[in-house]
Amino acid sequence: MRPSRLAIPLYLLLSLVPIYWLVGMSLKTNEEILGGFSLFPRAPTLANYVTIFTDPDWNQGYLNSLTYVGINTVLSVLLALPAAYAFSRYRFLGDTHLFFWLLSNRMAPPAVFLLPFFQLYSSIGLFDTPWAVALAHMLFTVPLAVWILEGFMSGVPREIDETAYIDGYSFPRFFLRIFLPLVRSGVGVTAFFCFMFSWVELLLARTLTSVDTKPIAATMTRTVSAAGMDWGVLAAAGVITLVPGAIVIYFVRNYIAKGFALGRV
Amino acid sequence: MKHGIELEKVGRIVDGEMHLADIHLRLEPGSFNILLGRTRAGKTSLLRLMAGLDRPTSGAIRFGGEDVTRWDVRRRNVAMVYQQFVNYPSLTVYENIASPLRLGGRLSRQEIDRRVRDTAATLRLEPFLERLPAELSGGQQQRTAMARALVKDASLLLLDEPLANLDYKLREELRTEMRQIFRDRPAVIVYATTEPTEALLLGGRTAVLDEGRLLQVGPTLEVYQSPITERVGQVFSDPQMSLLEVEVSATEARLSPEVALPLTGHLRSLAPGRYRLGLRAHHLRLAPASEADVRIPARVEVEEVSGSETLVHATHGRLSLTAQVEGVHRHPYGTQLDLFVSPSRVFAFSPEGRLVAAPSSTAQEAAHGPH
Repeated sequence: MRPSRLAIPLYLLLSLVPIYWLVGMSLKTNEEILGGFSLFPRAPTLANYVTIFTDPDWNQGYLNSLTYVGINTVLSVLLALPAAYAFSRYRFLGDTHLFFWLLSNRMAPPAVFLLPFFQLYSSIGLFDTPWAVALAHMLFTVPLAVWILEGFMSGVPREIDETAYIDGYSFPRFFLRIFLPLVRSGVGVTAFFCFMFSWVELLLARTLTSVDTKPIAATMTRTVSAAGMDWGVLAAAGVITLVPGAIVIYFVRNYIAKGFALGRV
Repeated sequence: MKHGIELEKVGRIVDGEMHLADIHLRLEPGSFNILLGRTRAGKTSLLRLMAGLDRPTSGAIRFGGEDVTRWDVRRRNVAMVYQQFVNYPSLTVYENIASPLRLGGRLSRQEIDRRVRDTAATLRLEPFLERLPAELSGGQQQRTAMARALVKDASLLLLDEPLANLDYKLREELRTEMRQIFRDRPAVIVYATTEPTEALLLGGRTAVLDEGRLLQVGPTLEVYQSPITERVGQVFSDPQMSLLEVEVSATEARLSPEVALPLTGHLRSLAPGRYRLGLRAHHLRLAPASEADVRIPARVEVEEVSGSETLVHATHGRLSLTAQVEGVHRHPYGTQLDLFVSPSRVFAFSPEGRLVAAPSSTAQEAAHGPH
């Protein structure tokens, strides 16, 4: 009993240290950060956040990121829904191979696709647009989305589909009115994973953009090298980067466990 | 407007495995039909073909004379209730029942409301209309599924073992009500079940299905009283029918050196030769009911006590016998006891399993059904 009571606070402490330090740094001045060890900000300041929200270089980075992440999430889910339904309900030639192939797609490191995407997008004028990053990320998120959604959809008895057809539902109406509400949690979990993949992915996002659509992750890394070390602002940017993920996970937290139970997350 | 359904030489093969073969069946509008068969006999397969959820590999299905074999399920005017309780989990009971009516788009809001409430009243669902299916008991969920099937006035109503997943008490209750609910419906009703008792209670006509083939079709009581083959007798007997090899001579049917049944009544017509006698379990007794009863000495193998009845599994030489007797009895394994049977109650089958002689269907037999 004793050790387990200690274990959880200890675990929380260890896992929260980096986050605490990041938040602490974002409220300090550069002098204090570089001045030595301090557990609490001596003179808490929001100046770093003000910089981010007023400097277009920074806040545009967030908007750019959110744009392609949003496009990616919406398109991935919309494409994966019918695909996952087909995999969960129909037997067709090569279905198991195709399904496995979806997974094997995820085994390739994103770096492999840098060069082809860069050259392709440059030649067709997609380079440095939100679509470039969104489409590139979909190569990874669509298979993931199909895989997760298929698990949730297979949990819905086929008899419900049949009953709906017997009742006279057309397919679109059945899908929207009956089926979709039943896999609501699956859609939430899927959207979460697509969002998180796209939000934290740096390599493709940075390579396929230059000026107009530079994502926040790129802004952060470039700031380090170009403008010297603005530690406080960087920390504030880091905190803000955590926020969307935290918000999304708040909404799907109850469904994630179900996804784990299905073995698909 | 209401049509009968006709199946002609219908067969279905899935992955090289025969599920149904050579089904000929004609069901009249307004009839109540029971599809009786053991598990995996093909009952569900046949219902799915009738509904249009699956396509037959061969043969044709006609509805009111029109060939609907290739018709999509949405075009056929059918309703189906599954063994599992299938409702739309995200819709309230009211919306579940209303859903088939809303889709037509031809009914006014008031008309839909009236019909939903009427059907809900028939199935005693009124207090639960605003609840979600998951908040109801199994019996209420199945009532909801039935209400949804009944509300649309389909010309073909299919029920696939609708009571099988309910507990004993709910099953009895719903079964009794069902006779009322289905009375005077103009539709063709097909009710699949594994239980002979259920078939007898519901009446109507019975089609006996076994290993994908139709063995016998006829009025339920008639099929029960004269099963045309041994197999039908087995499917339509619960507990199982005891089958005894006998040698028939001019005067008697000999089970073993020490036991023989006299050829009286319906057995008198048997020509000498080998036969198998079929005995329903409730016709085997522990005490003679009349002078004419034949005594069969037997050795107890297993006894199953179910409430006020006892099922005695016993052997007589190589023959095994199952007797269903009143009251609670406890005979340990190996006990010698005497079983009695009236020769007027036995079925005689040929070695190929065809019915040769059936007990005359007296009123007493009907009253004597298993329960």
